[in-house]
Amino acid sequence: MNEKNIAAKPDGRYIIEIRDMHKWYGDFHVLSGINLQVKEREKIVICGPSGSGKSTMIRCINRLEEHQKGQIIVNGTELSTDIKNIEKVRAEVGMVFQHFNLFPHLTIMENLTLGPIWVRKIPKKQAEETAMMYLEKVHIAEQARKFPGQLSGGQQQRVAIARSLCMQPKVILFDEPTSALDPEMIKEVLDVMIDLADEGMTMLVVTHEMSFAKSVADRVMFMDAGQIVEENNPHDFFDNPQHERTQLFLSQIL
Amino acid sequence: MSEDTAQQKKPGREYLDAPITKIGAVAWLRANLFNTWYNSLLSVLLVYGLAVTVPPFFKWAFVDSLWNSSAAACRDIDGACWSIIPQNVKFIFLGFFPTGQEWRPILAMAILIGLVIYSRERHRWRKSLLWMWLIALVVMGTLMHGGVFGMPVVETSKWSGLPLTLMLSFFGIIAAYPLGVLLALGRRSRMPTIKTMCVVYIEMIRGVPLISLLFMSSVMFPLFLPEGVTIDKVLRAQVAIIMFTAAYIAEVVRGGLQAMPRGQYEAADSLGLNYGQTMRLVILPQALKIVIPPTVGILLAAFKDTSLVVIIALYDILKTTKVTLSNPQWTNYSTEAYIFLALLYFIFCYAMSSYSRRLERELHTGR
Ligand SMILES: Nc1ncnc2c1ncn2[C@@H]1O[C@H](COP(=O)(O)OP(=O)(O)OP(=O)(O)O)[C@@H](O)[C@H]1O
Ligand SMILES: [Mg+2]
Repeated sequence: MNEKNIAAKPDGRYIIEIRDMHKWYGDFHVLSGINLQVKEREKIVICGPSGSGKSTMIRCINRLEEHQKGQIIVNGTELSTDIKNIEKVRAEVGMVFQHFNLFPHLTIMENLTLGPIWVRKIPKKQAEETAMMYLEKVHIAEQARKFPGQLSGGQQQRVAIARSLCMQPKVILFDEPTSALDPEMIKEVLDVMIDLADEGMTMLVVTHEMSFAKSVADRVMFMDAGQIVEENNPHDFFDNPQHERTQLFLSQIL
Repeated sequence: MSEDTAQQKKPGREYLDAPITKIGAVAWLRANLFNTWYNSLLSVLLVYGLAVTVPPFFKWAFVDSLWNSSAAACRDIDGACWSIIPQNVKFIFLGFFPTGQEWRPILAMAILIGLVIYSRERHRWRKSLLWMWLIALVVMGTLMHGGVFGMPVVETSKWSGLPLTLMLSFFGIIAAYPLGVLLALGRRSRMPTIKTMCVVYIEMIRGVPLISLLFMSSVMFPLFLPEGVTIDKVLRAQVAIIMFTAAYIAEVVRGGLQAMPRGQYEAADSLGLNYGQTMRLVILPQALKIVIPPTVGILLAAFKDTSLVVIIALYDILKTTKVTLSNPQWTNYSTEAYIFLALLYFIFCYAMSSYSRRLERELHTGR
């Protein structure tokens, strides 16, 4: 691992605890017995073949998908059918999607301040100042008055990252944030994510960008057929994978 | 986006204007009207048709016509007798509203139209505008009904002509739109009772003609009311129009909602927005924008359909015109009267549709 400042080191508190979680789509058992604990400031990269349930798993963490068995506890709140709990968890958990999902009818600035104003009840002026700060951080402050449709894919994804940062989340989930991007834009998004990691943001990243995993992750997980098959620190994970399926997957992807 | 194109121009490279291959009117005609034999044939036929119809119409309407004469004078001319309008202007526009009180409906209409024009600008869509509308509503109602400030009471049965048409259609549209949106949301609700209720309502209303709804409201509905309770006839017609229009709007809006990508809901959810906020701030602004063209179609139809209230003996502007034509003096000039009415309807409808196109333009945010 690279040198990181102290703030970036994981500490003892669990932000996410998943215990023996199962999920079905109809009869199809997509996730079976997921156990996962994420500490504050931890960076976790999840990889695995297509259809293995990576998206489904991280989408369960903010209840975009409902799990049917087991427990998911986020920042001390257990996810149940209680809508108030769900909204509380969602406000604490940021999410960055493969296809950005910016709101096309709102300006970049409005995209960023929507959550803070309506969910966090922050005064508009203050929300805009915070938004501007994060836009500068992702290097697109000059685009604040434009609409998403007027930006490139890489710029849109950086706006999406800034949008989730504006909610001051405890953890951010990334679902293949660079796989809809042209190669030359991937780096600009990864750079922003690396900056975030260095500042100590807790991150759960589904990605196949192994360079990112190697330089940033505290733990790398391999998922297959709805289970976490193997997890390790990046060094051992890549150099010395234990399971056959991991070895096969890595040989295909590297 | 001319600004962006300008930015993209790099120094050290020559930029040419696009070539102008076809110059002048003759070239345009050849390129557009006479480019193929069938196109040429169509063009010739069209020109012939215009030549045959337009000059006689022009002569009839403008040369041989009388604009403000007695009915007797009209008998001696070959042209149009537009005099039917100015000679009957009071009855056509205001119907049975008592003589001497005409200023009241005129003022009410002026307030309505003025406020509509004022409300066109989107930057004025604030809370204060809502208050203005509420106050205007009270003022208009008071003007029409009277009973205070020395204005004699005018029963709604005497409300007729243009004020009635405008009122029924305008408030019909204003109330039906939000109701339609709610019905559309209800139809997509996960709660089975709400969903079923909305589906039944929408399908039932869409299954019957407006005329039968109006009949029901005027004939059947009062039978169900307890003894002594009466609900104003105009109000009942208004409610029938609102219910009818709302069902159609609901279906159009539902189409818009279905066109929204799932990612928009997920992004809103993941910010922690609740259902109401998600709909109001994220989904509806986009969905309603997509369905502006079909929505306007429904609103235009609703505007014109208000003329069906004649069948429950309300005197909208179409009916007052017909009554005027039943006067033996003016019977022969129905063409003129209907052309005038058509023009009046056209003005209102065209204003609506051109405004909707402007809204679409203003709300366009690229891609
Ligand atoms: N809404 C759904 N209904 C039924 N099956 C689904 C649904 N969503 C996903 N699945 C199935 O669940 C499995 C896991 O899907 P998921 O999207 O989590 O995979 P993934 O690991 O993210 O794959 P990818 O790398 O392609 O994104 C797949 O087999 C998929 O077909
Ligand atoms: Mg996926």
